[in-house]
Amino acid sequence: MVATIESAEEDAVGQQGHDESALLEVEGLSTYFFTRDGVVRAVDDVSFSVAAGETVAVVGESGCGKSVTSLSIMGLLQTPPARIVSGHIKLQGRDLLTLPESEMRKVRGNEISMIFQEPMTSLNPVLTIGRQIGETLVLHEGLSEKEAESRAVELLRLVNIPEAERRVREYPHQLSGGMRQRVMIAMALACQPKLLVADEPTTALDVTIQAQILELMSDLKQKTGSAIIFITHDLGVVAEMAERVVVMYAGKKVEEAPVVDLFERPRHPYTAGLLDSVLKLGSSSGERGKRRLNEIPGTVPSLKDEIVGCPFAPRCSYATDYCRTDAPVLEEKAPEHFAACFHSDQLAEQEN
Amino acid sequence: MAITTLNPPRIAKSRLTGRLVAQIKRHPTVALGSSLLLLMVAMALLAPLLQTHGPQDISPADRLQNPSSEFVFGTDMLGRDLYSRVVHGSKISLLVGVGVAAISISVGLAIGLLTGFLRWFDAIVMRIMDGLMSIPPVLLAIALMALAGASIQNVIMAIAIAEIPRVVRLVRSLVLSLREEPYVEAAVSSGTPLLRILIRHILPNTLAPLLVQGTYIFASAMILEAILSFIGAGTPPEIPSWGNIMAEGRTYFQSAPFIILFPGFFLSLAVLAVNLLGDGLRDALDPRLARRL
Amino acid sequence: MFSYIVQRLLATIPVMGVVALVVFSLLYFSPGDPATIIAGDMASEEDVREIREQMGLDQPYFVRFGTWIGGVLQGDLGTSIFTNRPVADLIMQRLEPTVALTVSTMIVAVALAVPLGIIAAWKAGTAIDRIVMGFAVLGFSVPVFVIAYTLILIFSVWLEVLPVQGYVSITEGFLPFVQHLILPSLALGAVFAALIARITRASMLEVLSQDYVRTAKSKGLNQKEVLLRHALKNAAVPIVTIIGIGVALLIGGVVITETVFAIPGLGRLTVDAILRRDYPIIQGVILLFSFVYVFINLLVDVSYCFFDPRIRY
Repeated sequence: MVATIESAEEDAVGQQGHDESALLEVEGLSTYFFTRDGVVRAVDDVSFSVAAGETVAVVGESGCGKSVTSLSIMGLLQTPPARIVSGHIKLQGRDLLTLPESEMRKVRGNEISMIFQEPMTSLNPVLTIGRQIGETLVLHEGLSEKEAESRAVELLRLVNIPEAERRVREYPHQLSGGMRQRVMIAMALACQPKLLVADEPTTALDVTIQAQILELMSDLKQKTGSAIIFITHDLGVVAEMAERVVVMYAGKKVEEAPVVDLFERPRHPYTAGLLDSVLKLGSSSGERGKRRLNEIPGTVPSLKDEIVGCPFAPRCSYATDYCRTDAPVLEEKAPEHFAACFHSDQLAEQEN
Repeated sequence: MAITTLNPPRIAKSRLTGRLVAQIKRHPTVALGSSLLLLMVAMALLAPLLQTHGPQDISPADRLQNPSSEFVFGTDMLGRDLYSRVVHGSKISLLVGVGVAAISISVGLAIGLLTGFLRWFDAIVMRIMDGLMSIPPVLLAIALMALAGASIQNVIMAIAIAEIPRVVRLVRSLVLSLREEPYVEAAVSSGTPLLRILIRHILPNTLAPLLVQGTYIFASAMILEAILSFIGAGTPPEIPSWGNIMAEGRTYFQSAPFIILFPGFFLSLAVLAVNLLGDGLRDALDPRLARRL
Repeated sequence: MFSYIVQRLLATIPVMGVVALVVFSLLYFSPGDPATIIAGDMASEEDVREIREQMGLDQPYFVRFGTWIGGVLQGDLGTSIFTNRPVADLIMQRLEPTVALTVSTMIVAVALAVPLGIIAAWKAGTAIDRIVMGFAVLGFSVPVFVIAYTLILIFSVWLEVLPVQGYVSITEGFLPFVQHLILPSLALGAVFAALIARITRASMLEVLSQDYVRTAKSKGLNQKEVLLRHALKNAAVPIVTIIGIGVALLIGGVVITETVFAIPGLGRLTVDAILRRDYPIIQGVILLFSFVYVFINLLVDVSYCFFDPRIRY
């Protein structure tokens, strides 16, 4: 596992140089849902960046705003009720939020593409696999239907689908879940995007299939050099895939660090809690368990109400009165390691 | 569509009315529909007070008069006051609508409940229902009326028979899905008598969809009555139903279009009122049904 | 798929059997004695009994049903009481106008309603959606003859651009044929179109909330491609189903529309037969319409395979 991370990291650094201007910069992104019952601050002032060829994991419990972040980047939010109220999303310096819809359509599926969580429902049941992969190529690269189909066959081979010539004419229901996710990946990679947004791509799959899909993704990443935003709640997957990690809680970014640093010295109690729940289980049973982030006592606060103080305070064993009245800001606690917590140092000491 | 709740999702009365109130605020069409319908009901009940002439008073000297202050909607070929006839016509339409809805819903409910639980009964009855449903309702009603002869009771019965198969279908499908519910399975396996299961668990859950279905039947029955009367196979011609008034105006349409247009307008308004009410109830009570229709 | 079609065909046999039984009972229980009518005023009781025996009218119910159904299967629908001519011939004479009217109505209604339903779903919640759905509710509520007379009043009496009534066969010229069909088709199609538009909207709304629609958008497809290429085919099954079921409305409406517009089709034949209590004709027409209705819905069932590859029989 660790070997994969390191080689990927080297590769990325080797190609791009680490501090080159970022491929994607998310700056102060706030996405709110304006519902009948009030405003839900699904994403609140979140910033992060992704370098070319880099894999950044966005981690958090369900409802923390990970998926809304990814849909914001893709410009696929349902408006209304959702609206991006402030911030910028820049792809190589171009602010996607100010692009007209017609321009944004040229970005989608071409420069940025997305893999969704549910392979069972994310493919169109009444169109052939080949058609679904091919139409991106027809659209963005101007291929003919025929050329697109033969490219689709190649892409299916690339994602290790056997009998690609036959499969290309089949419909999604004739494929297993793992196969379908491979098709989704092939579809996303068709136009060699600069950035791939993978929203929990393995969550809906069996554990063994999960491993295969992750392997495929890191393999393809080597081949294509696409940057990846990997959205997950599974820290095991993070360790396997990511170079850098962004931890989100209640719509806010609470920690960001290189993956090794984050795993070894978490600076936010929430991250520490997530790690504990995985690691404890891993050591006792000898394998990565199914139990995940909800091992931390308590629940995520409602995003409808104004949160006073640190949003994690009610569930945090380090919380003091101060935490409940004042919100901590994101600070660089160690080189390239940011966290929004008053007790980072105390936590770091304890972890050591 | 498996719902894995163990409690019967029965709609408590207070919750039902509460939701209705909320829905009315949300969907002004319900308010519009019910107030229009109330107006129609008032018109039917107060017809003797609202009339300006006797609805059957013949006055050959005043035949085919255009609307005027004396005859607000004009007169027909026998010089009868159209306004007074239209006002009285509302009684027939509403009576037929309510009658058909009540009969077809209650008979359909009874048959549907049994088909859902008795296999042999289901096999026989559903074949008959399939057959009846293959005859377009208008034609079935026409055929029955041709047999039975013109009277309001026969009109109601003929239309009700044409509507029953659809109610049976609906109830049966509801029962079949309810039967899979854990609390019903539990009741069946613990030997609860069939009648009790039907009354306690199944019946309450069919009420909301049936209420919605009932309003739609109400609306289509009013149209069917007018159709039957219009082609001379419905309400006896001496009764001023809207369909009859229109049928009488057919020959004079080019010179006196109002004879058809006034009752037509009121009929449309009444049907519209009931449809709006039905749509609102559907949205309020059964979002799943809302998708299907 | 072939075996599925055969299976569906076989399944329609009991349905048609019940239809036949109902239709037959109509004549069986009809008031009046055909033998007396045929024998005429001058006949003696003996004559009447003879005729009755000749016609098999003294046989029990099921024997008579058997004889009757045997005739029907050979195309013999009985003899009109009033004109004394074979019902099958009378129906054939009146077939063309009715087929022309219903087919043109279906084309107009589907061509109008499906796009409107799609637009309403796409623009759900906007003014366009409300206007389309408002028209749909009106289409449901205003009975066919009220629409018919209103159209006649506007286009024929006031504007004088279209004929008031009547029918011109396509063999006598295409333009007059079309002119005479415009108003009847609009009147007849209103309910049908309203029904289709509503189902199209509901079905499309359901589909548009599906994950694969989001996937399609994430590829950079535009709204039109998403709606027509990805969504519509998925929404098709409920739409074609309602088109099939809606044919019943259409058949009911034909009777009225032909009466209002004086079109000499099967609807008029039915109405005239009702007024004359000519039961064999009523019987024949109902049997024919029911058969057509069942057959169309059979076609609809088979068409599912075309729209959804998951449906394989």
